[in-house]
Amino acid sequence: MKDIITHLNPVFDHRNRLGIMSVLSVNDWVDYNTLKELLNLTDGNLASHMKPLEAAEYVEYRKQFVGRRPQTTYAATEKGKAAFKEHLDALEHLLKMNTGK
Amino acid sequence: MSNAEQHLEHLAEMRSLMERSTRFLSLSGLSGVWAGLCALFGAAYHRMVTEAEYLNQYADILVEKSEKASRDGFEVALISTALTVLIAALAGGWFFTARKARQRGERVWDASSRRLLWALALPLITGGIFCLALLYWRLVGLLAPATLVFYGLALFNGSKYTLRDVGSLGLLEIALGLSGMFVPGYGLELWAIGFGVLHILYGAWMYVKYDGGLLDLRRWTCARGN
Repeated sequence: MKDIITHLNPVFDHRNRLGIMSVLSVNDWVDYNTLKELLNLTDGNLASHMKPLEAAEYVEYRKQFVGRRPQTTYAATEKGKAAFKEHLDALEHLLKMNTGK
Repeated sequence: MSNAEQHLEHLAEMRSLMERSTRFLSLSGLSGVWAGLCALFGAAYHRMVTEAEYLNQYADILVEKSEKASRDGFEVALISTALTVLIAALAGGWFFTARKARQRGERVWDASSRRLLWALALPLITGGIFCLALLYWRLVGLLAPATLVFYGLALFNGSKYTLRDVGSLGLLEIALGLSGMFVPGYGLELWAIGFGVLHILYGAWMYVKYDGGLLDLRRWTCARGN
């Protein structure tokens, strides 16, 4: 049991961060506004959940100009994808044990 | 709420996010039904015109008009009917899909619909040019099956980015088109089945499955009953 808990990644310990990683794991690059709309978050909210993911190097970003407006697009790094997969595996394991009881 | 339940809820939400961020799910079944109706009307109209044309041609031969002139007339009529059907089908399709997107609180023009359109566009444009080549070489008999095959390929390709059912519709169109290539003389009938009947069947099925069509229908009949 203890073993599984160590596999659950504390960086992903929030539904919005799981949401961000879900979207980024099936898309190449996603811009800030699309993410915001998909997850139904405010500007500040998305930024604050993005920070720990950036700090862990699970996501990378690109800033570019579309016309005159700056646009930030995000992608999951290889490290982030691996960590996300490990987290999901641990979750699956945990749920299986729960239903097995 | 227990921990496991919470995790399950998160998983369901993640699944939905993955779907919504890659697939365009606002495609309305009614768009399909409408496109099918347009195709059936177009096919019926074309049948009427060609029958009249056949009589004209006979008259032309009697007055020794060139055969080529009437053949050109036939092609112009065919292309203009086809374009009218296409524009009507697309305009109506857009209307119903935009309506569904609005109801679902989604945008019609976003990353997922752009991806879908691009996936559809490549086989369709290739097919369009291929059909122009068929016309150029006067292989008119292969025209209807060829449109079915390329349309089927486009649907199958696009089904990665929208409701999955579109893929099997694509396979049916391809099968219909390919068999039409070996059975000459039934182009219009096959075309009416592929673009008309199949669209209506699939559209109605998808309307019931995804748009809550039956509920709408029940509500509608109840309202009329009262």
